[in-house]
Amino acid sequence: MVGLNVNGKVHQIDVPSDMPVLWVLRDVLGMTGTKFGCGMALCGACTVQLDGQAIRSCVTPVSAVAGKAITTIEAIGETPAGGKVQAAWIALDVPQCGYCQSGQIMSASALLASNAHPTDADIDAAMAGNICRCGTYGRIRAAIKEAAQAAPISEKGATR
Amino acid sequence: MMTVSRRAFVTVLAAVGGGLLVGYRVGDERRVAKATIGSASAATPPGFAPNAFIRIGPDGGITLIMPQVEMGQGTYTSMPMLLAEELEVVPDQIRLEHAPPDNKLYANQFFGEQMTGASSSVRAFYEPLRRAGATARAMLVAAAAASWNVDPGSCRAQKGVVTHTPSGRTLTYGALAAKAAALPVPDKVTLKDPKDFTLIGTPAKRLDTPSKVNGTAQYGIDVRLPGMLIATVAASPVLGGKVTGIDEQKAKAVPGVRQIVQLDDAVAVVADHMWAAKQGLAALAVRWDDGPNAKLSTADIVQGLAKASETAGVTARKDGDPVSALAGAATKVEAVYESPFLAHVTMEPMNCTVHVRKDGCEVWTGSQVLSRAQATAAEVTGFPLEKVVVHNHLLGGGFGRRLEVDYVTQAVRIAKQVDAPVKVVWTREEDVQHDVYRPYYYDRIAAGLDPRGTPVVWTHRIVGPAIVARFLPPAFKDGIDIDAVDGAVQLLYDIPAIQVEHVRHEEPVLNTGFWRGVGVTHNNFVIESFVDELAATSKQDPVAFRRALLGKSPRAMALLGVAAKEAGWGKPLPRGHGRGVALLYSGWGTYLAQVAEVEVTGSGDVRVHRIVCAVDCGRIVNPDIVRAQIESGVVYGISAALWGEVTLKNGRVEQSNFHNYRVLRMNEAPPIDVHLARNNEAPGGIGEPGTAVTAPSLGNAIFAATGKRIRKLPLQTGL
Repeated sequence: MVGLNVNGKVHQIDVPSDMPVLWVLRDVLGMTGTKFGCGMALCGACTVQLDGQAIRSCVTPVSAVAGKAITTIEAIGETPAGGKVQAAWIALDVPQCGYCQSGQIMSASALLASNAHPTDADIDAAMAGNICRCGTYGRIRAAIKEAAQAAPISEKGATR
Repeated sequence: MMTVSRRAFVTVLAAVGGGLLVGYRVGDERRVAKATIGSASAATPPGFAPNAFIRIGPDGGITLIMPQVEMGQGTYTSMPMLLAEELEVVPDQIRLEHAPPDNKLYANQFFGEQMTGASSSVRAFYEPLRRAGATARAMLVAAAAASWNVDPGSCRAQKGVVTHTPSGRTLTYGALAAKAAALPVPDKVTLKDPKDFTLIGTPAKRLDTPSKVNGTAQYGIDVRLPGMLIATVAASPVLGGKVTGIDEQKAKAVPGVRQIVQLDDAVAVVADHMWAAKQGLAALAVRWDDGPNAKLSTADIVQGLAKASETAGVTARKDGDPVSALAGAATKVEAVYESPFLAHVTMEPMNCTVHVRKDGCEVWTGSQVLSRAQATAAEVTGFPLEKVVVHNHLLGGGFGRRLEVDYVTQAVRIAKQVDAPVKVVWTREEDVQHDVYRPYYYDRIAAGLDPRGTPVVWTHRIVGPAIVARFLPPAFKDGIDIDAVDGAVQLLYDIPAIQVEHVRHEEPVLNTGFWRGVGVTHNNFVIESFVDELAATSKQDPVAFRRALLGKSPRAMALLGVAAKEAGWGKPLPRGHGRGVALLYSGWGTYLAQVAEVEVTGSGDVRVHRIVCAVDCGRIVNPDIVRAQIESGVVYGISAALWGEVTLKNGRVEQSNFHNYRVLRMNEAPPIDVHLARNNEAPGGIGEPGTAVTAPSLGNAIFAATGKRIRKLPLQTGL
């Protein structure tokens, strides 16, 4: 049994130690907001945050996350950066098919949490690992900038 | 100012047939619709359902049933807008429901069956859905008028409420539902005058956005059922190959693996979760008979196409006397163009969940052709159609891939051998290597110019398969595949002698089908590149050369002017940079002019710096979605134009994942400016034109930058 801290809740799970976090989330815990896209850390659809850093859950074994906190799309709205990013995504109607957007939002939220006012080059560097086949890149860039402009969300507002 | 009021509430409304109906609401001072998207309820609540698209419950709940599927193109906003405009409800009041498979109720008039594709949703449903909404509204107003014993003409419907104008009395649609349901459905209703539209033509917010930013949106791959197992699959690496034997021992030793399923042309490993299934498949020793295609490579296919191009095809358009015009032309220009196999690579890999029981079969998936999904499940299981229930979901990309039901057929074949519901998920590698690919096309094109450099004759011979003959046989008439020649037969340029031919050449080595932009994508690359060649031969500016030939196409002429102006056509550029222009018109009924600005670096890498599009798609339902679709199509088109190519070696697809099937990323995506013409012409399709216009404008920009004409895609390979 391994203890897995997801969105502040510790789950006791019995899975192989080399099992990627992606499949634990989706197939064991039933949290399907995190998506499977490539299985090789090439597309970013599976992005989650590990202690606030964006990681590709499809190549991260559960053994590597012991004692660390995983945040997924289901709870990213509770963080100040995540809430702002989701609001900007809605304001600009970023998603099309939407399948990659969980990963896009997780990467963008991690960027804004560490860099409140990213430049275009910062955005390129942080987001180049997240593929969108619908081509929403222009709106993602604009939404990140909009989120960066937004007033901070208070602790009260950021808590469910 | 945004404040602390932005809070999200996620509500699970009900679990029906294993699918979750998820409601989502964001309290925000901005205009955000409250929309829910769910599967059809098992038990239809009583209420008012005057047609297949609208259901109003006695509680006032307004459900709109979506005939067209949502795969990113915005149908789950544009279709509700058409209904809501005439029904007189606002987006906040409605709940959306996926339609079940039913060709009688939900057929797309262009295909005679339930189908989402060919950029047709708004074109096909612009009037039918408005009529459905207006019919319901008329009945609700009649019910209210009867309640008050007044003239319906003195009543007005707005935001789900009928008001008797003189007295100010009101009744909600919910309160009127039972009474309206008892009224006869009127034969004739009056549709609104477009000048009275309050919703159509506005940039209304997408109804599916909220669920797509918080992880609650349900795609086929997200289905979860009690007792469900998960399988992943490997089909014969060579099309036409067969399984001759498997050694299960090592696969079965993987913890979590439950069962190995063998089909004649594929194997699947069924497990508790995808990781075990993947590990099990990797450990499974499969012996294949590769069959007749085992030695074939791309070069063999091109050789076959080239040979076929020496023969005459079926003529799809003939103006004047092309043969004598070509013989008499002062200058003759000829070229061969090639367009490779392409994979769709939707972000959501192919998947389908199936439960085959003794008394029926249930399918959960995302499909552009729901009734075909149902039909194939019925055929494989032997159950009648009514015993096959199909639950549709949001599609994590379609692009034509989900017009095919191969993945449904395969999943049902697997599920027949599994005593539980099973979700079959393809790996990305399986998805890339077992696609139904855009065909390889080979085009011979020629033109004759008069002494002033004006084209007097144009001949275009297209060589490739007839997808329509397989996909929609009734539409394949007189040997003409309307898809293969789409965009070519509508050639806008005023040239006195024109011939367009299609030489049908089927290649059984790979399955081929529709890919975003369909026949137009390949034809427009050939046409607009070749027009550029003619301009260069005539030593004329590419914009001026086109303009001189557009005397009979005022809409195209106007767009060309807008695109050229907005792009700064003619203004100096740095060394290594170039601008290219391309026009588009086809069976979608949409006109588009695009100018691309590219840079070819010293090492030969193409960078796209800017794209300008001028679009005339007639009457616009939602301008923001039109813009989004143009942006989307352009990005999809850049990926394919620069890098897209599926190749074969020894019968096997050589590409497998995003490392060797390159697609555009954030750091490579140019700004895309979209300029929309506003008029009252019939609505045109918008999901695909952006893709179809992009390859030639990029190729022409590369020519402007380098002087090199690339006649074979992908462009980067030609540099």
